[in-house]
Amino acid sequence: MAASNSTRVLPGFGLSLGYTLSWLSLIVLIPLVAVFLKAGSLGADHFIAAVSSPRVLASYRLTFGASLIAALINTVFGLMLAWALVRYSFPGKRLVDALVDLPFALPTAVAGIALTALYAKNGWVGKLLEPLGIQVAFTPLGVLVALIFIGLPFVVRTVQPILEDLDTEYEEAAVSLGANRWQAFRHVVFPTVLPALMTGFAMAFARAVGEYGSVIFIAGNIPLVSEITPLMIITKLEQYDYAGATAIAVVMLLISFVLLLIINGLQAWTAKRTGRER
Amino acid sequence: MSGAAAVLHGSADHAARFESKAATREPALVKWGILAVSLTFFGIFLLLPLITVFVEALRKGWDVYFAALIEPDAWAAIKLTLTAAAISVPLNLVFGVAAAWAITKFEFRGKHLLITLIDLPFSVSPVVSGLIYVLVFGAQGWFGPWLSEHDMKVVFAVPGIVLATVFVTFPFVARELIPLMEAQGRDEEEAAVVLGARGWQTFWYVTLPNVKWGLLYGVILCNARAMGEFGAVSVVSGHIRGQTNTMPLHVEILYNEYQFAAAFAVASLLALLALVTLVIKTWVEHQAGKSSQQSEE
Repeated sequence: MAASNSTRVLPGFGLSLGYTLSWLSLIVLIPLVAVFLKAGSLGADHFIAAVSSPRVLASYRLTFGASLIAALINTVFGLMLAWALVRYSFPGKRLVDALVDLPFALPTAVAGIALTALYAKNGWVGKLLEPLGIQVAFTPLGVLVALIFIGLPFVVRTVQPILEDLDTEYEEAAVSLGANRWQAFRHVVFPTVLPALMTGFAMAFARAVGEYGSVIFIAGNIPLVSEITPLMIITKLEQYDYAGATAIAVVMLLISFVLLLIINGLQAWTAKRTGRER
Repeated sequence: MSGAAAVLHGSADHAARFESKAATREPALVKWGILAVSLTFFGIFLLLPLITVFVEALRKGWDVYFAALIEPDAWAAIKLTLTAAAISVPLNLVFGVAAAWAITKFEFRGKHLLITLIDLPFSVSPVVSGLIYVLVFGAQGWFGPWLSEHDMKVVFAVPGIVLATVFVTFPFVARELIPLMEAQGRDEEEAAVVLGARGWQTFWYVTLPNVKWGLLYGVILCNARAMGEFGAVSVVSGHIRGQTNTMPLHVEILYNEYQFAAAFAVASLLALLALVTLVIKTWVEHQAGKSSQQSEE
């Protein structure tokens, strides 16, 4: 990575880049490479056995299924919440706006025990759902609730700035051309917001797939029923099965990398569609 | 994960802009419908869990609450959490500034790859973030035998907790600074250098005042995550009470021992930390919005 600009005026290129690359390698790259090397030493049979045992397969189904549903729910309600925050004035709006980021700031373990207390049979929400025969805590439904909690701000915070930057002229033009409000939203606003909405969806999904702290308390962690994939890594570690844990970690890392590439692509699309820098 | 820290943008209430015009206004019924549904969703999924923490913490009265906080193991956990944050936040601050300087003030090949790599820790599951250090420094890891020969411990000890914390908070400062410093360009710094300022002076007097709000924003989000991290720290901690238990891990232990009031008491401290973080964050956004308005005028 040599500087291509020979007329550099500012000092500190070598120092800052050198430091950045060394620290990045030490903290992030070398430890990540360790996982792949360790997995590589497993041998294909052992690796495949570790990542495709029935319990692990069940955990993939739950993790990806619940993450997908949670991200979809967050996309719908996150768009509505972002819309309300940008377009309407209402009492307590600033408080709501600030608290949307709560899942970023609240430690996941705290969220986990709070959600469990809420949705347990004697909890505020659990008590209401019990007569309806709906049990949330210690079932896959509990996993879904936790993943909705941690994913919501991703959708709101990616869509909100795009809605704020939207010029009113386009909607006014649409209306003056005879569109009704719904058509103006459907054909003018929605296409502009769509890339950001998909970015928010992908971010919420990616976060949900790796989530651990907020889920394990409410999930109940019943084998084959409510075990998430990150918990399978912990379970293997507790049994001193480092090879098995590493194999599952490699699967999760590869999925994270693919999701990261998709999110970067979506962000580039958002920037292009709205003329807005990332 | 990318986007865990929203990029700083000035906030102001523009709702009147939309509500004053018929073309950008929904029928009242639609408006109230959207407000009712979205705020109910907000209330159930965000507000209720937050309230629950404090209600559960005080369920058995203030005596039990304070007893849970002054108990020695709780104190040890609080101290360890503060220590881990006090080490990892400055490390990431220095890194973030260095990375942003290199990336935004110079041209070089591979810049986009570098930015993606800096963001990488956000995409890694917390559990995997802990596991990678177990594989490097653990008993069966690369450096395990060497470390035990020299009677040093990283995993299941404080250094491992610090390392895991540094990893999960790695991108926070850098990703706030990079877009800000990119947008500001290099002209001011170049002028300062041409006028005879030394490198550090240029940074201190020219760059820093321009990015101070973004820097503060990154630091408080970094700190909140550092103090609250659970998954990654859980893997490398070993859960030794009074020694390698951070506050979130202490909450877990108390909860699993059915000491619910005590667990929620410690959790309420972390919830307070989250609220303070959000207050400072909102204030910083307000300040940044004001200063960007001033510079536009």
